[in-house]
Amino acid sequence: MAATADITLGYMPLFDSAVLIAAVEKGFAGDEGLSVQLVRETSWANIRDRIAVGHFQAAHMLAPMPIASNLGLTPLSLELVAPFALGLGGNAVTVSRALWGRMFAEGAGPGTDPSANGTALGHVVENRRAAGEPPLRFAVVHPFSGHNYELRYWLAACGVDPETDVEIVMVPPPLMADALATGAIDGFCAGEPWNSVAIADGAGRIVTTKASIWRLSPEKVLGVSARFAAENRPALDALLRALYRSSIWCGDSANHEELAALMSGSEHLGLPRERLMPILTGHLALGDGTTDAIPEFFVPHAKGATFPWQSHALWFYSQMVRWGHAKHSPTKAERARDTYRPDIYRQALKPISAPMPGANMKVEGALTAAAPVGASEKGLVLGPDGFFDGRIFDPDRLDAYLASQS
Amino acid sequence: MTHRDLTILVIDENAIRASIIEAGLRDAGHSRVSVVHDVHGVGRVIERLQPDVIVIDLENPNRDLLESMFQLSRSVKRPIAMFVDRSDSSMIEAAIDAGVSAYVVDGLRQERVKPILDMAIGRFNAFSRMERELAEARSELADRKVIDRAKGILMKSRGIGEEEAYKLLRTTAMNQNRKIAEIAQSLVLAAGLLEDP
Repeated sequence: MAATADITLGYMPLFDSAVLIAAVEKGFAGDEGLSVQLVRETSWANIRDRIAVGHFQAAHMLAPMPIASNLGLTPLSLELVAPFALGLGGNAVTVSRALWGRMFAEGAGPGTDPSANGTALGHVVENRRAAGEPPLRFAVVHPFSGHNYELRYWLAACGVDPETDVEIVMVPPPLMADALATGAIDGFCAGEPWNSVAIADGAGRIVTTKASIWRLSPEKVLGVSARFAAENRPALDALLRALYRSSIWCGDSANHEELAALMSGSEHLGLPRERLMPILTGHLALGDGTTDAIPEFFVPHAKGATFPWQSHALWFYSQMVRWGHAKHSPTKAERARDTYRPDIYRQALKPISAPMPGANMKVEGALTAAAPVGASEKGLVLGPDGFFDGRIFDPDRLDAYLASQS
Repeated sequence: MTHRDLTILVIDENAIRASIIEAGLRDAGHSRVSVVHDVHGVGRVIERLQPDVIVIDLENPNRDLLESMFQLSRSVKRPIAMFVDRSDSSMIEAAIDAGVSAYVVDGLRQERVKPILDMAIGRFNAFSRMERELAEARSELADRKVIDRAKGILMKSRGIGEEEAYKLLRTTAMNQNRKIAEIAQSLVLAAGLLEDP
């Protein structure tokens, strides 16, 4: 039975809003009896504020954002829940041509291997320090973002201390390419299409991707105010079903041309569709005349991409603690974990027999080969997943993981 | 402390609107008001000014940058409260509707900040009304020009008077349920295409 409700959804102009946009534009929301209005926003802060006053019932959010809000780390912290993930992957790290030149001289390339390119970057950082040059400046879009935590994880694993060896600043995604071209920053980690835009402008070189730093890692979620979730469950459940169907449509390569055309519209990203195809095909132009094929660059549906894994929430929490954004306590860890709501996901998608994993958490990095999982009717294949440095994140051994982080 | 002048920083990419807000704050007796249009390098400005209140427009994509400075920078005093009071959602709503956001140093008393935000909201609303009226006036003027040209075309090609030409435009518009200016625009365009090169 369809629910009837009006929902206003906020989103930022990034490709990973595709599942939300297609849910509305391709009629999946309408099929569920929902009247959904999409509103493009200019900052994550606006999205949070407009959820706070009820302008938006739900929104496109950075995966760590609802956790940060629930931990009281942001201004106007309000209680949010994340019952649905909007895909896996979708980011890359791009550096200026000048920095790429120096990395290349230190043994970087030819592809996007995070170990080789990170090691080369480490040498450049070392050389700069020895020569008395100022530290490199990297940009991310928001402190509580997958970008910030992945970039830091990658740098730290390659021997670069993100706190002292480099400077990390915030730049809005549409301004990244300009900031790189003008030398305001030396590199950035941002979602697509903004890396490809920088490459097309001739400003930089993609050196690694989210998909290779942490394979099959979460990027954006649907953030919903806890109050809306509590008071409007039928509508929320209907929305999740619409999003789930939309994710299937977005993930089907037969629809990629249409999806790129949809996203390229001036009301959404306002960019030529050919700049949007790399994210869907995973064939990225790196910026030095070469391309790299990254099959899991952006995964909107397959491999449990829409499931709100509580282990993902806990990993983000572990990084908040690692970089001093949050002070660890068992209560806070629980609060972070319970921000992600697989229970809502399970209930909402039960009527359409969506395949479900058997558990709400998984050991990140444990699957070295694709594995069918789950007890429900249709099969669900997960993995391989995990971190490029081979480390394992076991959410049941959070304290040990926190202790092992330098 | 209670009589100390508040230091206020206005960040608005729209220079005219920013100056209107600045004037309003000065009228209200605030003498320590600074304005920046470009968020580039705003960190240094904040460090130098140590503002008690920052007013920024919501359209500014650099809001996230501003918040992150408060979040991460050790050199900036940490203003964490937003708007007037995080529990005052009607105030937040009024501010958002007007397109303004305020960052307030934690610990600053609410009654001292509320008038500032009220003033900013009022000025933002007045400014957008002014802009709307200006746009309407402009399009009215353009409409009048195109209607005059269409009348001229009709008068010449049909050999009719001005009043009759206008009537013809109006009847066509009514029949097609469109604006007179739209009909006039199509006529002018079509006449342009039919003209001898």
